[in-house]
Amino acid sequence: MNIHEYQTKDLFRHYKIPVPEGRMAHSANKALTAAEQLGGEGWVVKAQIHAGGRGKAGGVLLAKQLDEVREHAEKLIGSHLVTKQTGEQGRMVNRVLVEQMQDIKAEYYLGLVINRANQRITLIASAAGGMDIEEVAAKSPDKVINEVVDPAVGLQDFQCRKVAASIGLSGKQINMAARIMKRLYRCFRDKDALMAEINPLVITGDGQFLALDAKMSFDGNALFRQPEIADQRDFDEEDPKEVEASGHDLNYIALDGSVGCIVNGAGLAMATMDAISLYGGRPANFLDVGGGASPEKIANAFRIVLEDPNVKVLMLNIYAGINRCDWIAEGIVKAVSDLEVNVPIVVRLAGTNLEEGRKILADSGLQYIHADRLSDAAEKSVKALAGGAA
Amino acid sequence: MSILVNKDSKVIFQGFTGQHATFHAQEAIRMGTQVVGGVTPGKGGQTHIDRPVFDTVKDAVEQTGADVSVVFVPPAFTADAVMEAIDGGIKVIVVITDGVPVQDMVRVKRYLIGHDAIIVGPNTAGVITPQACKVGIMPAHIYVPGRIGVVSRSGTLNYEAVEQMSELGLGISTSISIGGDPVNGCDFLTLMKQFAEDDETDAVLMIGEIGGSQEVEAATWARDHMDKPLIGFIAGATAPPGRTMGHAGAIISGEDDTAQAKMKRLAELDVHVVQNAAEIGRTVQQSLQREECVA
Repeated sequence: MNIHEYQTKDLFRHYKIPVPEGRMAHSANKALTAAEQLGGEGWVVKAQIHAGGRGKAGGVLLAKQLDEVREHAEKLIGSHLVTKQTGEQGRMVNRVLVEQMQDIKAEYYLGLVINRANQRITLIASAAGGMDIEEVAAKSPDKVINEVVDPAVGLQDFQCRKVAASIGLSGKQINMAARIMKRLYRCFRDKDALMAEINPLVITGDGQFLALDAKMSFDGNALFRQPEIADQRDFDEEDPKEVEASGHDLNYIALDGSVGCIVNGAGLAMATMDAISLYGGRPANFLDVGGGASPEKIANAFRIVLEDPNVKVLMLNIYAGINRCDWIAEGIVKAVSDLEVNVPIVVRLAGTNLEEGRKILADSGLQYIHADRLSDAAEKSVKALAGGAA
Repeated sequence: MSILVNKDSKVIFQGFTGQHATFHAQEAIRMGTQVVGGVTPGKGGQTHIDRPVFDTVKDAVEQTGADVSVVFVPPAFTADAVMEAIDGGIKVIVVITDGVPVQDMVRVKRYLIGHDAIIVGPNTAGVITPQACKVGIMPAHIYVPGRIGVVSRSGTLNYEAVEQMSELGLGISTSISIGGDPVNGCDFLTLMKQFAEDDETDAVLMIGEIGGSQEVEAATWARDHMDKPLIGFIAGATAPPGRTMGHAGAIISGEDDTAQAKMKRLAELDVHVVQNAAEIGRTVQQSLQREECVA
């Protein structure tokens, strides 16, 4: 789960990580008031969306005059900002962050992630601040410093000093930067984060460190014990259908093909999408119904997939282990009677209570295309697609 | 001998008296698994499905000789339950629970160091040695005894592959799902090493996914150290980029972890790569025939 920059900076303030003075604003007038309250000789107006790449996309604007703050805010709020992470449809900007402009002498990168390779929290730092760290890592890996944290003792001071020295800091700066690293780690650990990033971490004209930008994402599995993080979730930043699906405990991701998919298990769901594409079709979505799916859950899955107007064929592929084919079949029958289904349905059931499931489908008189195997199901879905188009 | 579990394994369930644990303990018993009891703190001394309930894993191990545990406790308490199993001397800990916080698993993995135990999961369908020991939630009837070792991330894709093999008369020595979480108990490599040494396994099927580099590490080891055919599949060729969990790991390794890139690497490492999940069974069969011709 992601939160906005202004929310991350509030969290940083709580952990005494230095950030610029700033105010969040929902309107151009409020942005102007914010700039007046902040004072100073220049301001930055930053679009608040969850996607990165805002600077290059024109989502971070500088203002020398107060009038410009209002103009910039007016331009950003209500617009769709397209960055390299948003996709071409962009993201609606609902609010901006207004900050005092800073006098920047040097820029660094500081981040924490859970490293899949060693399965530990890892501190990442670089003297190449303000740039795309993945690009830096790909082009010149020697410029990216990694320091692994032992979970038994946590991040140690000496590790922070070592990293600070490795990115070229010296003198008092080493201890100053080390303190920031330590605090960022504490925040990361306390809040069950998966990623925290300060890019850039700057040194200002008067020699102070500041987190000029701030980004964090949190573990969805840990939100039960992080209520104040969970409260900051911004549903406007998420696909409404994905939000609705997650409300029904379904894992749904929209794609741009025409074969709607309802599958159990993420691995089988991906393999099913891959198979559809190998037979010449394209999946309209990823949907994992999970384990123990009730008839209601299946009916909800139908509704969510069929809401997509691009769906021309609906394919169910369920290999029931902890699931039950009879429940799945009941769900299919219920969905078809509740909804107007105008596309061919391909059903492949296997596993627990298969015979009961098949009987329910047969007795219902439901029109559907039966498939025994994954290959069958993928092939018949793509064929039905061609038939429907003719 | 199969790997991890066999007919002599003595199994306990943690969170024994819960609904899911009860159902799956009964299923395990039906297949002949030696379920010797379970742990539910506060219910020690009771009997559940004709087996003793203990307050602690320590009690359960001392009184039943249990060496395998299946963990069904809720996510908030899973890390504690797994560490209790490690401390209690359990050798194979299968964590079925889905939704365990990642940082909890980071701590569990640290605690594991210096202990002689293997964790499978969390978020796993579990482990099965057909007709001998079932410690998981998979449908037992599709697993026919045989000589192919299977290790997958996904549970349901594991069932899919196993059914395809069963139809071709290919049985299973042991099958394991390691779970889809970014920080998990044991990786492909750990199990590859065990299969390499197992006399009852003639070939290994590895079913991976996009994200991370565990499959490539295991295949690299197998090329240099394992004298058995390795068949590999990677799910997620059509998954949209940027929606995977592998992102953070990829920053550090700088490695490409898309399905296409991984399959290419596996092919270079002499793995029999399956392009289509519907062809897994047939590819396993062909790779065995090919190896026989060479021999």
